[in-house]
Amino acid sequence: MTYTIKTAQNEWEIVCGLEIHCQIISKSKIFSGASTAFGDDANENVSFIDAGMPGMLPVLNKECVHQAVKTGLGLNAQINKYSVFSRKNYFYADQPNGYQITQYEYPIVGKGCVKIDLPDGKSKNIGITRIHIEQDAAKSIHDLNPKKSYIDFNRAGVGLMEIVTEPDFRSPDEAGAFLKKLRSIVRYLGTCDGNMDEGSMRCDASVSVRLKGEQGMRERAEIKNVNSVKFAMQAIENEAKRQIEIYEQGGTIEQQTRQFDQSTGQTKFLRLKEYADDYRYFPEPDLPPLLLDDEYIENIKKEMVELPDAKKERFIKQFGLTPYDAEILTESKETADFFEQAATGHDGKKVANWILGDFFANLNANKLSLDQSPVTPQMIGELVDLISRGVISGKIAKDVFVMMWKTRQSPSKIVEEKGLKQVTDTSAIEKIVDEVLASNPDNLKAYLDGKTNLFGWFVGQTMKASKGAANPSLVNELLKKKLG
Amino acid sequence: MAIDNNMVKQVAFLARLKIEDSKLESTKEEFNKILNWVEQLSEVDTSNVEPLVSVHEGFVKARADEVTDGHIKDEILKNAPMQEFGYFAVPKVVE
Repeated sequence: MTYTIKTAQNEWEIVCGLEIHCQIISKSKIFSGASTAFGDDANENVSFIDAGMPGMLPVLNKECVHQAVKTGLGLNAQINKYSVFSRKNYFYADQPNGYQITQYEYPIVGKGCVKIDLPDGKSKNIGITRIHIEQDAAKSIHDLNPKKSYIDFNRAGVGLMEIVTEPDFRSPDEAGAFLKKLRSIVRYLGTCDGNMDEGSMRCDASVSVRLKGEQGMRERAEIKNVNSVKFAMQAIENEAKRQIEIYEQGGTIEQQTRQFDQSTGQTKFLRLKEYADDYRYFPEPDLPPLLLDDEYIENIKKEMVELPDAKKERFIKQFGLTPYDAEILTESKETADFFEQAATGHDGKKVANWILGDFFANLNANKLSLDQSPVTPQMIGELVDLISRGVISGKIAKDVFVMMWKTRQSPSKIVEEKGLKQVTDTSAIEKIVDEVLASNPDNLKAYLDGKTNLFGWFVGQTMKASKGAANPSLVNELLKKKLG
Repeated sequence: MAIDNNMVKQVAFLARLKIEDSKLESTKEEFNKILNWVEQLSEVDTSNVEPLVSVHEGFVKARADEVTDGHIKDEILKNAPMQEFGYFAVPKVVE
Protein backbone atom coordinates (compact mmCIF):
# COMPACT_ATOMS: atom_id res chain seq x y z
CA MET A 1 0.00 0.00 0.00
CA THR A 2 1.63 3.22 -1.07
CA TYR A 3 1.31 6.27 1.10
CA THR A 4 -0.09 9.35 -0.60
CA ILE A 5 -1.69 12.57 0.54
CA LYS A 6 -5.03 13.11 -1.19
CA THR A 7 -6.55 16.54 -1.62
CA ALA A 8 -9.75 17.57 -3.36
CA GLN A 9 -7.88 17.94 -6.65
CA ASN A 10 -4.84 15.67 -6.48
CA GLU A 11 -2.95 12.77 -5.07
CA TRP A 12 0.54 13.67 -3.84
CA GLU A 13 3.60 11.63 -3.02
CA ILE A 14 6.37 12.44 -0.51
CA VAL A 15 10.04 12.31 -1.49
CA CYS A 16 12.29 12.39 1.53
CA GLY A 17 15.93 11.75 2.40
CA LEU A 18 17.57 11.88 5.81
CA GLU A 19 20.89 13.08 7.17
CA ILE A 20 21.67 11.72 10.59
CA HIS A 21 24.46 13.03 12.78
CA CYS A 22 25.64 10.34 15.17
CA GLN A 23 28.09 11.19 17.94
CA ILE A 24 30.86 8.63 17.84
CA ILE A 25 31.44 6.69 21.06
CA SER A 26 35.06 7.41 22.00
CA LYS A 27 36.76 8.56 25.18
CA SER A 28 38.42 11.60 23.65
CA LYS A 29 37.50 14.02 20.87
CA ILE A 30 38.21 13.41 17.19
CA PHE A 31 41.09 15.90 16.91
CA SER A 32 42.05 16.63 20.53
CA GLY A 33 42.71 14.78 23.78
CA ALA A 34 39.83 16.40 25.69
CA SER A 35 37.10 14.17 27.11
CA THR A 36 33.80 13.58 25.31
CA ALA A 37 31.86 13.21 28.60
CA PHE A 38 28.31 14.57 28.49
CA GLY A 39 26.88 16.74 31.26
CA ASP A 40 30.10 18.07 32.85
CA ASP A 41 30.48 21.73 33.88
CA ALA A 42 30.65 24.14 30.94
CA ASN A 43 33.99 24.39 29.15
CA GLU A 44 35.70 21.78 31.35
CA ASN A 45 36.38 19.33 28.54
CA VAL A 46 38.01 21.78 26.18
CA SER A 47 41.54 21.87 24.83
CA PHE A 48 43.17 24.78 23.03
CA ILE A 49 42.50 22.89 19.80
CA ASP A 50 38.75 22.77 20.47
CA ALA A 51 38.75 26.45 21.40
CA GLY A 52 40.33 27.33 18.05
CA MET A 53 43.44 28.93 19.54
CA PRO A 54 46.00 30.07 16.97
CA GLY A 55 48.72 27.59 16.08
CA MET A 56 46.98 24.53 17.46
CA LEU A 57 47.01 21.49 15.19
CA PRO A 58 44.46 18.67 15.03
CA VAL A 59 45.64 15.08 15.50
CA LEU A 60 43.24 12.37 14.39
CA ASN A 61 41.84 9.93 16.98
CA LYS A 62 42.24 6.33 15.70
CA GLU A 63 39.13 5.16 17.49
CA CYS A 64 36.88 7.56 15.58
CA VAL A 65 38.10 6.12 12.27
CA HIS A 66 37.61 2.60 13.59
CA GLN A 67 34.05 3.37 14.73
CA ALA A 68 33.12 4.94 11.38
CA VAL A 69 34.43 1.94 9.43
CA LYS A 70 32.56 -0.43 11.75
CA THR A 71 29.36 1.56 11.23
CA GLY A 72 29.91 1.50 7.48
CA LEU A 73 30.25 -2.29 7.55
CA GLY A 74 27.10 -2.50 9.67
CA LEU A 75 25.22 -0.55 6.99
CA ASN A 76 26.51 -2.89 4.26
CA ALA A 77 28.49 -0.03 2.80
CA GLN A 78 31.62 0.42 0.71
CA ILE A 79 34.64 1.42 2.84
CA ASN A 80 36.84 3.94 1.04
CA LYS A 81 40.52 3.24 1.52
CA TYR A 82 41.24 6.82 0.53
CA SER A 83 39.37 9.68 2.15
CA VAL A 84 40.13 13.35 2.66
CA PHE A 85 39.34 15.90 5.35
CA SER A 86 37.99 19.24 4.17
CA ARG A 87 37.33 22.62 5.68
CA LYS A 88 33.76 23.81 5.63
CA ASN A 89 33.95 27.54 6.19
CA TYR A 90 31.28 29.42 8.08
CA PHE A 91 31.07 32.03 10.79
CA TYR A 92 29.09 31.20 13.85
CA ALA A 93 29.72 31.47 17.57
CA ASP A 94 29.70 27.69 17.99
CA GLN A 95 32.74 27.26 15.75
CA PRO A 96 35.73 29.38 16.84
CA ASN A 97 37.96 28.36 13.94
CA GLY A 98 35.54 29.80 11.44
CA TYR A 99 35.46 26.36 9.85
CA GLN A 100 34.47 22.82 10.63
CA ILE A 101 36.78 19.94 9.74
CA THR A 102 34.65 17.46 7.82
CA GLN A 103 34.91 15.32 4.70
CA TYR A 104 33.50 16.42 1.37
CA GLU A 105 34.41 14.88 -1.99
CA TYR A 106 36.08 11.84 -0.48
CA PRO A 107 34.13 10.46 2.49
CA ILE A 108 35.36 7.46 4.48
CA VAL A 109 32.25 5.38 3.70
CA GLY A 110 30.43 5.18 0.38
CA LYS A 111 27.22 3.54 -0.79
CA GLY A 112 25.37 1.10 1.43
CA CYS A 113 21.97 -0.31 2.13
CA VAL A 114 19.66 -0.80 5.13
CA LYS A 115 16.57 -3.00 5.20
CA ILE A 116 13.59 -1.59 7.04
CA ASP A 117 10.50 -3.47 8.19
CA LEU A 118 7.20 -1.66 7.83
CA PRO A 119 4.08 -1.86 9.96
CA ASP A 120 2.21 -3.71 7.18
CA GLY A 121 4.76 -6.56 7.33
CA LYS A 122 6.56 -5.59 4.12
CA SER A 123 10.19 -4.60 3.99
CA LYS A 124 12.07 -2.10 1.87
CA ASN A 125 15.72 -1.31 1.15
CA ILE A 126 16.91 2.23 1.87
CA GLY A 127 20.06 3.38 0.09
CA ILE A 128 22.89 4.91 2.09
CA THR A 129 24.67 7.57 0.03
CA ARG A 130 27.70 8.03 2.26
CA ILE A 131 29.04 8.44 5.77
CA HIS A 132 31.65 11.06 6.53
CA ILE A 133 33.37 11.91 9.79
CA GLU A 134 33.64 15.42 11.20
CA GLN A 135 33.81 17.45 14.41
CA ASP A 136 30.78 18.53 16.37
CA ALA A 137 30.18 22.23 17.11
CA ALA A 138 29.84 23.86 20.53
CA LYS A 139 26.50 24.06 22.28
CA SER A 140 24.77 27.44 22.33
CA ILE A 141 22.36 28.30 25.11
CA HIS A 142 19.93 31.02 24.16
CA ASP A 143 17.44 31.05 27.02
CA LEU A 144 19.51 32.16 30.02
CA ASN A 145 19.87 35.81 29.09
CA PRO A 146 17.63 37.98 26.90
CA LYS A 147 20.55 39.75 25.21
CA LYS A 148 23.29 37.15 25.15
CA SER A 149 23.93 33.62 24.03
CA TYR A 150 26.17 31.40 26.14
CA ILE A 151 28.57 28.98 24.52
CA ASP A 152 29.82 25.72 26.01
CA PHE A 153 32.66 24.10 24.06
CA ASN A 154 32.49 20.71 25.78
CA ARG A 155 30.73 19.32 22.71
CA ALA A 156 33.02 21.11 20.25
CA GLY A 157 35.29 18.58 18.60
CA VAL A 158 33.41 15.45 19.62
CA GLY A 159 33.55 13.05 16.67
CA LEU A 160 30.45 12.79 14.49
CA MET A 161 29.43 10.43 11.74
CA GLU A 162 27.08 12.06 9.27
CA ILE A 163 25.02 9.35 7.63
CA VAL A 164 23.30 10.48 4.43
CA THR A 165 20.54 8.46 2.79
CA GLU A 166 19.19 8.46 -0.72
CA PRO A 167 15.80 10.21 -1.14
CA ASP A 168 14.16 6.79 -0.80
CA PHE A 169 11.48 7.53 1.79
CA ARG A 170 7.91 7.75 0.52
CA SER A 171 6.14 8.01 3.87
CA PRO A 172 6.71 9.19 7.44
CA ASP A 173 6.45 5.54 8.55
CA GLU A 174 9.38 4.55 6.35
CA ALA A 175 11.52 7.34 7.80
CA GLY A 176 10.51 6.33 11.33
CA ALA A 177 11.31 2.67 10.68
CA PHE A 178 14.71 3.65 9.28
CA LEU A 179 15.62 5.81 12.26
CA LYS A 180 14.70 3.00 14.63
CA LYS A 181 16.67 0.47 12.61
CA LEU A 182 19.70 2.75 12.37
CA ARG A 183 19.57 3.45 16.10
CA SER A 184 19.37 -0.24 16.79
CA ILE A 185 22.34 -1.00 14.50
CA VAL A 186 24.66 1.65 15.96
CA ARG A 187 23.75 0.51 19.46
CA TYR A 188 24.49 -3.14 18.57
CA LEU A 189 27.82 -2.01 17.14
CA GLY A 190 28.60 0.25 20.09
CA THR A 191 29.55 3.10 17.75
CA CYS A 192 26.91 5.63 18.91
CA ASP A 193 24.57 5.52 21.91
CA GLY A 194 21.64 6.58 19.72
CA ASN A 195 20.06 8.83 22.35
CA MET A 196 18.11 11.32 20.28
CA ASP A 197 16.80 13.19 23.32
CA GLU A 198 20.34 13.90 24.53
CA GLY A 199 21.34 14.98 21.04
CA SER A 200 23.86 12.22 20.44
CA MET A 201 21.81 11.24 17.38
CA ARG A 202 20.28 14.15 15.44
CA CYS A 203 18.22 14.02 12.31
CA ASP A 204 17.72 16.44 9.40
CA ALA A 205 15.05 15.61 6.84
CA SER A 206 14.93 16.83 3.24
CA VAL A 207 11.33 16.87 2.09
CA SER A 208 9.70 17.55 -1.26
CA VAL A 209 6.43 16.47 -2.81
CA ARG A 210 5.27 15.56 -6.31
CA LEU A 211 2.08 14.43 -7.93
CA LYS A 212 1.61 10.69 -7.97
CA GLY A 213 3.22 9.37 -11.14
CA GLU A 214 5.25 12.54 -11.71
CA GLN A 215 8.90 12.01 -12.70
CA GLY A 216 11.85 13.93 -11.28
CA MET A 217 11.95 15.90 -8.07
CA ARG A 218 10.74 19.32 -7.03
CA GLU A 219 12.51 21.85 -4.80
CA ARG A 220 13.01 20.59 -1.28
CA ALA A 221 13.04 22.00 2.21
CA GLU A 222 15.53 20.78 4.77
CA ILE A 223 14.22 20.46 8.31
CA LYS A 224 16.96 20.76 10.91
CA ASN A 225 17.63 18.92 14.15
CA VAL A 226 14.55 16.90 14.83
CA ASN A 227 15.22 15.12 18.11
CA SER A 228 12.94 12.10 18.23
CA VAL A 229 11.61 9.46 15.86
CA LYS A 230 8.07 10.66 16.48
CA PHE A 231 8.97 14.29 15.77
CA ALA A 232 10.79 13.31 12.57
CA MET A 233 7.67 11.56 11.29
CA GLN A 234 5.48 14.47 12.30
CA ALA A 235 7.84 17.02 10.71
CA ILE A 236 7.91 15.14 7.40
CA GLU A 237 4.15 14.79 7.22
CA ASN A 238 3.39 18.38 8.14
CA GLU A 239 6.07 19.82 5.88
CA ALA A 240 4.70 17.80 2.95
CA LYS A 241 1.19 19.08 3.66
CA ARG A 242 2.47 22.65 3.85
CA GLN A 243 4.17 22.34 0.46
CA ILE A 244 1.09 20.76 -1.11
CA GLU A 245 -1.07 23.60 0.12
CA ILE A 246 1.30 26.15 -1.44
CA TYR A 247 1.41 24.29 -4.78
CA GLU A 248 -2.37 23.96 -4.89
CA GLN A 249 -2.76 27.67 -4.30
CA GLY A 250 -0.53 28.24 -7.32
CA GLY A 251 2.62 29.03 -5.36
CA THR A 252 6.17 27.69 -5.63
CA ILE A 253 8.66 26.29 -3.12
CA GLU A 254 12.13 27.75 -2.83
CA GLN A 255 14.96 25.59 -1.56
CA GLN A 256 15.23 26.49 2.10
CA THR A 257 16.14 25.44 5.61
CA ARG A 258 13.37 25.06 8.15
CA GLN A 259 13.10 24.30 11.82
CA PHE A 260 10.72 21.91 13.56
CA ASP A 261 8.61 23.43 16.31
CA GLN A 262 7.85 20.77 18.92
CA SER A 263 4.97 22.70 20.44
CA THR A 264 2.97 22.98 17.20
CA GLY A 265 4.32 20.03 15.24
CA GLN A 266 4.83 22.43 12.32
CA THR A 267 7.99 23.56 10.57
CA LYS A 268 9.00 27.19 10.39
CA PHE A 269 11.21 29.13 8.03
CA LEU A 270 14.87 29.54 9.01
CA ARG A 271 16.79 30.70 5.93
CA LEU A 272 17.03 30.40 2.19
CA LYS A 273 19.60 27.88 1.03
CA GLU A 274 21.54 29.88 -1.55
CA TYR A 275 22.29 32.67 0.88
CA ALA A 276 23.78 30.75 3.77
CA ASP A 277 25.44 27.75 2.20
CA ASP A 278 28.50 29.17 0.53
CA TYR A 279 30.90 27.01 2.47
CA ARG A 280 33.98 27.31 0.21
CA TYR A 281 35.18 23.79 0.98
CA PHE A 282 38.85 23.05 0.45
CA PRO A 283 41.13 20.17 1.50
CA GLU A 284 42.21 20.51 5.13
CA PRO A 285 45.88 21.57 5.08
CA ASP A 286 46.49 20.43 8.68
CA LEU A 287 45.57 16.80 8.03
CA PRO A 288 46.88 14.48 5.33
CA PRO A 289 44.48 12.20 3.42
CA LEU A 290 43.27 9.21 5.40
CA LEU A 291 44.54 5.93 3.98
CA LEU A 292 43.26 2.53 5.08
CA ASP A 293 44.34 -0.89 3.84
CA ASP A 294 42.55 -4.20 3.33
CA GLU A 295 44.05 -5.74 6.42
CA TYR A 296 42.71 -2.92 8.59
CA ILE A 297 39.21 -3.33 7.16
CA GLU A 298 39.35 -7.14 7.42
CA ASN A 299 40.29 -6.90 11.08
CA ILE A 300 37.27 -4.73 11.78
CA LYS A 301 35.08 -7.20 9.90
CA LYS A 302 36.19 -9.84 12.37
CA GLU A 303 34.83 -7.71 15.23
CA MET A 304 31.37 -7.47 13.73
CA VAL A 305 28.57 -8.71 15.96
CA GLU A 306 25.34 -10.34 14.82
CA LEU A 307 23.12 -7.41 13.79
CA PRO A 308 19.35 -7.10 14.37
CA ASP A 309 18.26 -8.45 10.95
CA ALA A 310 20.39 -11.58 11.22
CA LYS A 311 19.41 -12.13 14.83
CA LYS A 312 15.74 -11.74 14.01
CA GLU A 313 15.97 -14.36 11.25
CA ARG A 314 17.81 -16.73 13.55
CA PHE A 315 15.26 -16.30 16.38
CA ILE A 316 12.44 -17.10 13.98
CA LYS A 317 14.18 -20.26 12.79
CA GLN A 318 15.75 -21.42 16.04
CA PHE A 319 12.94 -20.65 18.49
CA GLY A 320 9.88 -20.63 16.22
CA LEU A 321 9.05 -16.98 17.02
CA THR A 322 6.65 -14.92 14.94
CA PRO A 323 8.38 -12.18 12.89
CA TYR A 324 6.61 -9.58 15.02
CA ASP A 325 7.84 -11.01 18.33
CA ALA A 326 11.34 -11.52 16.91
CA GLU A 327 11.39 -7.89 15.76
CA ILE A 328 10.59 -6.54 19.23
CA LEU A 329 12.98 -8.90 20.97
CA THR A 330 15.89 -7.96 18.71
CA GLU A 331 15.41 -4.20 18.69
CA SER A 332 17.99 -3.86 21.44
CA LYS A 333 20.92 -6.18 21.94
CA GLU A 334 20.31 -6.31 25.69
CA THR A 335 16.74 -7.57 25.23
CA ALA A 336 17.85 -10.07 22.59
CA ASP A 337 20.58 -11.42 24.89
CA PHE A 338 18.14 -11.62 27.79
CA PHE A 339 15.67 -13.57 25.67
CA GLU A 340 18.30 -15.89 24.32
CA GLN A 341 19.60 -16.74 27.78
CA ALA A 342 16.05 -17.43 28.96
CA ALA A 343 15.05 -19.42 25.89
CA THR A 344 18.08 -21.65 25.47
CA GLY A 345 17.11 -25.15 26.53
CA HIS A 346 13.46 -24.20 27.05
CA ASP A 347 10.37 -23.58 24.95
CA GLY A 348 11.47 -20.40 23.15
CA LYS A 349 8.04 -19.37 21.97
CA LYS A 350 6.58 -19.57 25.49
CA VAL A 351 9.60 -17.76 26.91
CA ALA A 352 8.98 -14.99 24.37
CA ASN A 353 5.35 -14.74 25.49
CA TRP A 354 6.37 -14.35 29.11
CA ILE A 355 9.02 -11.74 28.32
CA LEU A 356 6.77 -9.72 26.03
CA GLY A 357 3.83 -10.09 28.42
CA ASP A 358 4.17 -10.14 32.21
CA PHE A 359 7.88 -9.39 32.24
CA PHE A 360 7.82 -6.20 30.12
CA ALA A 361 4.59 -5.10 31.81
CA ASN A 362 6.29 -5.31 35.22
CA LEU A 363 9.45 -3.57 33.98
CA ASN A 364 7.39 -0.72 32.56
CA ALA A 365 5.12 -0.43 35.56
CA ASN A 366 8.14 -0.16 37.85
CA LYS A 367 10.08 2.03 35.39
CA LEU A 368 13.02 -0.34 35.50
CA SER A 369 15.60 -0.99 32.82
CA LEU A 370 16.46 -4.52 31.84
CA ASP A 371 19.60 -4.70 33.95
CA GLN A 372 17.65 -3.63 37.05
CA SER A 373 15.17 -6.46 36.71
CA PRO A 374 14.76 -8.64 39.82
CA VAL A 375 13.83 -11.54 37.54
CA THR A 376 16.70 -13.22 35.71
CA PRO A 377 16.52 -14.98 32.32
CA GLN A 378 17.13 -18.29 34.08
CA MET A 379 14.04 -17.81 36.27
CA ILE A 380 11.84 -17.27 33.22
CA GLY A 381 13.22 -20.36 31.49
CA GLU A 382 12.61 -22.39 34.64
CA LEU A 383 9.09 -21.05 35.05
CA VAL A 384 8.21 -22.05 31.49
CA ASP A 385 9.60 -25.51 32.20
CA LEU A 386 7.47 -25.91 35.31
CA ILE A 387 4.38 -25.22 33.22
CA SER A 388 5.45 -27.50 30.36
CA ARG A 389 6.13 -30.36 32.76
CA GLY A 390 2.73 -29.90 34.34
CA VAL A 391 4.18 -29.05 37.76
CA ILE A 392 2.10 -25.85 37.91
CA SER A 393 -0.76 -24.54 35.83
CA GLY A 394 -0.47 -21.40 33.71
CA LYS A 395 -2.69 -19.64 36.18
CA ILE A 396 -0.52 -20.47 39.19
CA ALA A 397 2.52 -19.48 37.12
CA LYS A 398 1.20 -15.93 37.04
CA ASP A 399 1.22 -15.88 40.85
CA VAL A 400 4.65 -17.46 40.94
CA PHE A 401 5.88 -14.73 38.59
CA VAL A 402 4.64 -12.03 40.96
CA MET A 403 6.44 -13.73 43.86
CA MET A 404 9.58 -14.11 41.77
CA TRP A 405 9.50 -10.40 41.10
CA LYS A 406 9.10 -9.59 44.79
CA THR A 407 11.49 -12.11 46.34
CA ARG A 408 14.03 -12.75 43.56
CA GLN A 409 13.69 -16.44 44.37
CA SER A 410 13.75 -19.17 41.78
CA PRO A 411 10.32 -20.41 40.66
CA SER A 412 11.04 -24.01 41.77
CA LYS A 413 11.86 -22.82 45.24
CA ILE A 414 8.70 -20.70 45.42
CA VAL A 415 6.55 -23.58 44.18
CA GLU A 416 8.15 -25.91 46.69
CA GLU A 417 7.91 -23.58 49.68
CA LYS A 418 4.39 -22.37 49.06
CA GLY A 419 3.11 -25.82 48.17
CA LEU A 420 1.88 -24.68 44.77
CA LYS A 421 2.54 -27.94 43.03
CA GLN A 422 -0.31 -28.94 40.82
CA VAL A 423 -2.24 -31.90 42.21
CA THR A 424 -2.18 -34.51 39.47
CA ASP A 425 -3.09 -37.37 41.76
CA THR A 426 -6.51 -38.49 40.51
CA SER A 427 -7.70 -39.84 43.81
CA ALA A 428 -6.86 -36.59 45.62
CA ILE A 429 -8.79 -34.55 43.08
CA GLU A 430 -11.63 -37.03 43.08
CA LYS A 431 -11.96 -36.52 46.80
CA ILE A 432 -12.29 -32.75 46.34
CA VAL A 433 -14.80 -33.22 43.54
CA ASP A 434 -16.91 -35.47 45.72
CA GLU A 435 -16.84 -32.90 48.52
CA VAL A 436 -17.92 -30.13 46.20
CA LEU A 437 -20.80 -32.20 44.83
CA ALA A 438 -21.86 -33.26 48.33
CA SER A 439 -21.90 -29.75 49.74
CA ASN A 440 -23.93 -28.29 46.84
CA PRO A 441 -26.96 -30.58 46.50
CA ASP A 442 -29.20 -27.84 45.03
CA ASN A 443 -26.91 -27.06 42.14
CA LEU A 444 -26.24 -30.73 41.60
CA LYS A 445 -29.95 -31.36 41.27
CA ALA A 446 -30.37 -28.40 38.93
CA TYR A 447 -27.56 -29.70 36.76
CA LEU A 448 -28.96 -33.18 36.60
CA ASP A 449 -32.36 -31.65 35.67
CA GLY A 450 -30.76 -30.21 32.59
CA LYS A 451 -29.15 -26.93 33.65
CA THR A 452 -25.86 -28.08 32.08
CA ASN A 453 -24.26 -24.66 31.99
CA LEU A 454 -23.57 -25.16 35.70
CA PHE A 455 -20.67 -27.39 34.65
CA GLY A 456 -18.24 -24.45 34.61
CA TRP A 457 -19.40 -23.45 38.05
CA PHE A 458 -18.49 -26.90 39.42
CA VAL A 459 -15.06 -26.67 37.80
CA GLY A 460 -14.59 -23.29 39.45
CA GLN A 461 -15.65 -24.57 42.87
CA THR A 462 -13.32 -27.53 42.63
CA MET A 463 -10.38 -25.35 41.60
CA LYS A 464 -11.18 -23.01 44.46
CA ALA A 465 -11.41 -25.86 46.95
CA SER A 466 -7.99 -27.07 45.79
CA LYS A 467 -6.62 -23.53 46.17
CA GLY A 468 -5.87 -23.50 42.45
CA ALA A 469 -3.52 -26.46 42.72
CA ALA A 470 -5.65 -29.08 40.98
CA ASN A 471 -4.76 -29.85 37.41
CA PRO A 472 -7.65 -28.22 35.48
CA SER A 473 -7.91 -30.87 32.77
CA LEU A 474 -8.11 -33.63 35.35
CA VAL A 475 -10.83 -31.70 37.18
CA ASN A 476 -12.78 -31.43 33.95
CA GLU A 477 -12.36 -35.08 33.18
CA LEU A 478 -13.46 -36.23 36.63
CA LEU A 479 -16.46 -33.92 36.74
CA LYS A 480 -17.63 -35.12 33.34
CA LYS A 481 -17.44 -38.68 34.58
CA LYS A 482 -19.30 -37.96 37.83
CA LEU A 483 -21.99 -35.75 36.35
CA GLY A 484 -22.57 -38.22 33.54
CA MET B 1 38.00 34.24 -14.27
CA ALA B 2 37.32 37.91 -13.81
CA ILE B 3 36.04 39.26 -10.54
CA ASP B 4 33.61 42.17 -10.39
CA ASN B 5 32.82 44.54 -7.53
CA ASN B 6 29.82 42.46 -6.41
CA MET B 7 31.97 39.38 -6.11
CA VAL B 8 34.47 41.35 -4.03
CA LYS B 9 31.65 42.39 -1.70
CA GLN B 10 30.36 38.84 -1.46
CA VAL B 11 33.77 37.34 -0.67
CA ALA B 12 34.44 40.11 1.85
CA PHE B 13 31.13 39.38 3.55
CA LEU B 14 31.81 35.65 3.75
CA ALA B 15 35.27 36.29 5.19
CA ARG B 16 33.92 39.00 7.52
CA LEU B 17 36.32 41.57 6.06
CA LYS B 18 35.32 45.19 5.98
CA ILE B 19 36.15 46.77 2.62
CA GLU B 20 35.28 50.43 2.18
CA ASP B 21 33.49 51.31 -1.04
CA SER B 22 36.42 53.54 -1.97
CA LYS B 23 38.68 50.47 -1.82
CA LEU B 24 36.42 48.25 -3.93
CA GLU B 25 37.97 49.09 -7.26
CA SER B 26 41.57 48.62 -6.13
CA THR B 27 40.74 45.41 -4.28
CA LYS B 28 39.08 44.07 -7.39
CA GLU B 29 42.20 44.77 -9.42
CA GLU B 30 44.47 43.09 -6.88
CA PHE B 31 42.14 40.13 -6.81
CA ASN B 32 42.24 39.79 -10.58
CA LYS B 33 46.00 40.12 -10.68
CA ILE B 34 46.39 37.23 -8.26
CA LEU B 35 43.84 35.14 -10.12
CA ASN B 36 45.52 35.81 -13.47
CA TRP B 37 48.83 34.76 -12.04
CA VAL B 38 47.36 31.51 -10.72
CA GLU B 39 45.54 31.03 -14.04
CA GLN B 40 48.91 30.20 -15.63
CA LEU B 41 48.53 26.77 -14.06
CA SER B 42 45.64 26.00 -16.36
CA GLU B 43 48.00 26.09 -19.32
CA VAL B 44 49.08 22.61 -18.25
CA ASP B 45 46.78 19.81 -19.39
CA THR B 46 45.76 17.92 -16.21
CA SER B 47 42.70 16.17 -17.61
CA ASN B 48 44.18 12.74 -16.84
CA VAL B 49 45.67 13.60 -13.48
CA GLU B 50 43.98 12.92 -10.14
CA PRO B 51 44.20 15.97 -7.86
CA LEU B 52 47.05 15.68 -5.36
CA VAL B 53 45.57 16.61 -2.02
CA SER B 54 48.71 16.23 -0.01
CA VAL B 55 52.37 15.43 -0.53
CA HIS B 56 52.30 13.15 2.51
CA GLU B 57 52.52 9.51 1.64
CA GLY B 58 51.39 6.54 3.68
CA PHE B 59 49.20 6.35 6.71
CA VAL B 60 48.02 9.18 8.87
CA LYS B 61 49.72 9.58 12.19
CA ALA B 62 46.79 9.03 14.47
CA ARG B 63 46.62 9.06 18.25
CA ALA B 64 45.28 6.46 20.65
CA ASP B 65 41.89 7.22 22.17
CA GLU B 66 42.96 8.61 25.53
CA VAL B 67 41.91 11.67 27.49
CA THR B 68 45.06 13.76 27.78
CA ASP B 69 43.72 17.29 27.70
CA GLY B 70 41.02 19.59 29.08
CA HIS B 71 40.22 20.94 32.56
CA ILE B 72 41.90 24.21 31.74
CA LYS B 73 38.72 26.23 31.84
CA ASP B 74 40.35 29.40 33.23
CA GLU B 75 42.94 29.46 30.49
CA ILE B 76 40.34 28.71 27.83
CA LEU B 77 38.17 31.59 28.98
CA LYS B 78 41.05 33.98 29.73
CA ASN B 79 40.97 35.89 26.46
CA ALA B 80 37.20 35.90 26.03
CA PRO B 81 35.89 39.44 25.58
CA MET B 82 32.85 38.42 27.61
CA GLN B 83 32.20 35.43 29.89
CA GLU B 84 29.49 34.57 32.37
CA PHE B 85 28.89 31.51 34.58
CA GLY B 86 31.79 29.70 32.96
CA TYR B 87 30.38 30.17 29.47
CA PHE B 88 31.61 32.32 26.64
CA ALA B 89 29.01 35.04 26.29
CA VAL B 90 28.27 36.48 22.85
CA PRO B 91 25.64 38.85 21.50
CA LYS B 92 22.44 36.90 21.07
CA VAL B 93 22.64 34.60 18.06
CA VAL B 94 19.25 33.20 17.25
CA GLU B 95 18.59 32.75 13.60
